[in-house]
Amino acid sequence: MEMNRDDEGAKLGMWIFIFTEILLFGGLFLVYAVMRNRYSDEFHQAAHQLNAFIGTVNTVVLLLSSATVAMSITAVRKGEKRKGVLFILITLLCAGVFLINKYFEWGHKLSIGLYPGSEMMVGLKHGYILFFSLYFFMTGLHVLHLIAGSIILTIIMVRIQIGSINAGNNVLLENGGLYWHLVDLIWIFLFPLLYLIT
Amino acid sequence: MTHTESHITDYRVYGWVLLALLVLTTITITVTWIDLSALTVLVALIIASVKSFIVLRYFMHLKFESRLFTVFFVMVLGIYLLVIVLTFFDYLLR
Repeated sequence: MEMNRDDEGAKLGMWIFIFTEILLFGGLFLVYAVMRNRYSDEFHQAAHQLNAFIGTVNTVVLLLSSATVAMSITAVRKGEKRKGVLFILITLLCAGVFLINKYFEWGHKLSIGLYPGSEMMVGLKHGYILFFSLYFFMTGLHVLHLIAGSIILTIIMVRIQIGSINAGNNVLLENGGLYWHLVDLIWIFLFPLLYLIT
Repeated sequence: MTHTESHITDYRVYGWVLLALLVLTTITITVTWIDLSALTVLVALIIASVKSFIVLRYFMHLKFESRLFTVFFVMVLGIYLLVIVLTFFDYLLR
């Protein structure tokens, strides 16, 4: 039986999902904007607590991973299966580096007792509490997306390897790529707004 | 839908795009060393927007997709900006 495939429709569906994600994070950025406006001094001082170096490394790693996902689409379309798998593998390694950095970053904060609801945080000034709550919520939600994206890309990598994603049929790879770029896109705004505004 | 043949982007294009994004990241970080006081957030947002534009256009292939995708995206952005403006009207003029 011949299946009628609609790649254009599949991509449109992915984009509509991406729009809902943009509005989800958009709402959080809006909260950030209003609270920053209200407690600008305390936000400034609180941001000093974040490790801008780890933030920078993670930015570079995410940009690199976005480029390799895009390159993997080129490889698969050219019929270069081995390269396609390799590029996704590099992307997954980048995701791993990001997660390890996040582990050390959050681990340090947890070890000094800085986490939502902790005694230390409850005792802080209002602006600090808001900043760190937003920091944990936004980067936490972002990292959940990154983990979800890694799982999707792992499935895609296997499917390129077994050949069910190939030069003629690669819309799943494209949509997985779109999701990964979304993760990158969100970080592009999170990084300067949380780590660099000091 | 007239768009059937998928566009194949050259590896080199992605290489250049990555380089541009890294340069912009360097600029974002360097700019924070200079004290621009009130302008700091604005500069950071402008650079982030330029980076997003590049990601959307090249990595997310909006340049090569049907125009419909771009139109939808601009509409979503418009709605979001409207919400920001309305929220700040409410918040600042309360």
